[in-house]
Amino acid sequence: MGIVSRGFHGRARPAQEKLPPGQYLTEDFPVLSAGPTPRIVRDNWTFTITTETGTAHRWTWQELLAMPAEQPTVDLHCVTKWSKLHTGWTGVPLDAFLADVETAADYVMVDSHGGYTTNLPLEDVTGGKAWVAYAFGGEPLEPEHGGPARLLVPHLYFWKSAKWVSGLELRDEDEPGFWEGYGYKNYGDPWREQRYAGD
Amino acid sequence: MARAALRGRLTWQVADLVDRIDETAQVRSLVLDVPDWPGHRPGQHVDVRLTADDGYQAERSYSIATPADGTRVTITVERIDDGEVSPYLVDELGVGDKLELRGPIGGYFVWQPSDGGPLFLAAGGSGLVPLMAMVRARIGGGGHVPVRLLVSSRSPDEVIYGGELGMIDTDQAGVEVIQTFTRAQPLGWSGYRRRVDREMLDDVAWPASDNPRCYVCGPTGFVEAVATALVELGHEPGNIRTERFGPTGG
Repeated sequence: MGIVSRGFHGRARPAQEKLPPGQYLTEDFPVLSAGPTPRIVRDNWTFTITTETGTAHRWTWQELLAMPAEQPTVDLHCVTKWSKLHTGWTGVPLDAFLADVETAADYVMVDSHGGYTTNLPLEDVTGGKAWVAYAFGGEPLEPEHGGPARLLVPHLYFWKSAKWVSGLELRDEDEPGFWEGYGYKNYGDPWREQRYAGD
Repeated sequence: MARAALRGRLTWQVADLVDRIDETAQVRSLVLDVPDWPGHRPGQHVDVRLTADDGYQAERSYSIATPADGTRVTITVERIDDGEVSPYLVDELGVGDKLELRGPIGGYFVWQPSDGGPLFLAAGGSGLVPLMAMVRARIGGGGHVPVRLLVSSRSPDEVIYGGELGMIDTDQAGVEVIQTFTRAQPLGWSGYRRRVDREMLDDVAWPASDNPRCYVCGPTGFVEAVATALVELGHEPGNIRTERFGPTGG
């Protein structure tokens, strides 16, 4: 506990129980991006998984839509402090893409249209923990929220859920992605408040 | 691009509030003394943490409004009426009070004079704060990079740092300030009186052929519109850096 802020009372506490430390609840859906929103035509969209040996597996938009979709309801926690609870998505679990991919890699680098990257352990995007999501609240995902499709990895801070996802690179070694290279925590567990390097 | 990563641990520090500056009716700058401040680059922000007497804590991020200046760090806070933290910072925190913070945070939405230019800055409302740190760094002896700053405000009484912006001598400083007022204009105003659009950016921003560095900060609608229009005008997406500075949560 830090120094007491004289005269600060804060909001009512009950809603805070479900929130990770330092987070506050928001009802809207803030947009945070480091640059302009890329405009991606669905007919040109592809998702590519490249293995550590260089083998590429590629899916088109139509192939994505043809895969069995799930409709996870998840809580979102952004490193900029807002949390949004019970959000409804439609997406394909990464397990489905990885089912026929032969790999012994331990890490993935996620790539996005526009150049964004983020790194994760492979085990954090398998076992039903991550999706390629293309609808939010039953509607096609808006470009500013990552549409046509974004990664959804809700158990980590939301910067790991890369917008405009274009692929995964399977890797033997872990390397920092975009924000991880600018001082944000490599792993980013909101429940341990791993916001910045050293947290 | 330089990647000055923050490798060290960002520990919470206790700052002293040494001055408060009323910028507008809703916006106040807080001048803080942070004894172990490591320095920062224009565009970076701090996390502020408030603690109630029962241990409850609330954290928010605020942009730094000034370039590095020893142990002095100035943040500018807009009061969000239903916010949890900003009303306390704007209305309650007094000179001599202590405030917990840590930083600097963020390494991408930054510019310092050695990064070069030309520099185009577009601010919507209080999105001006991190851009003002860049302008102040440039004017305060930071080289000769030509700067154009476009500030969009609803009305004249909502312009933060208005007096300082008005004092900038374009010919002497090499920094040009262009304003647009979307709802109410100053008496006799002959300048822009609409939201920033592609046509305005075509007039005001450096041409894409000059390869300017563009920084856009403001509410989401402002940032989306400006960044999209800059791309349409031929600017490289990689030259356009954005940051949202909205009233969310406050």
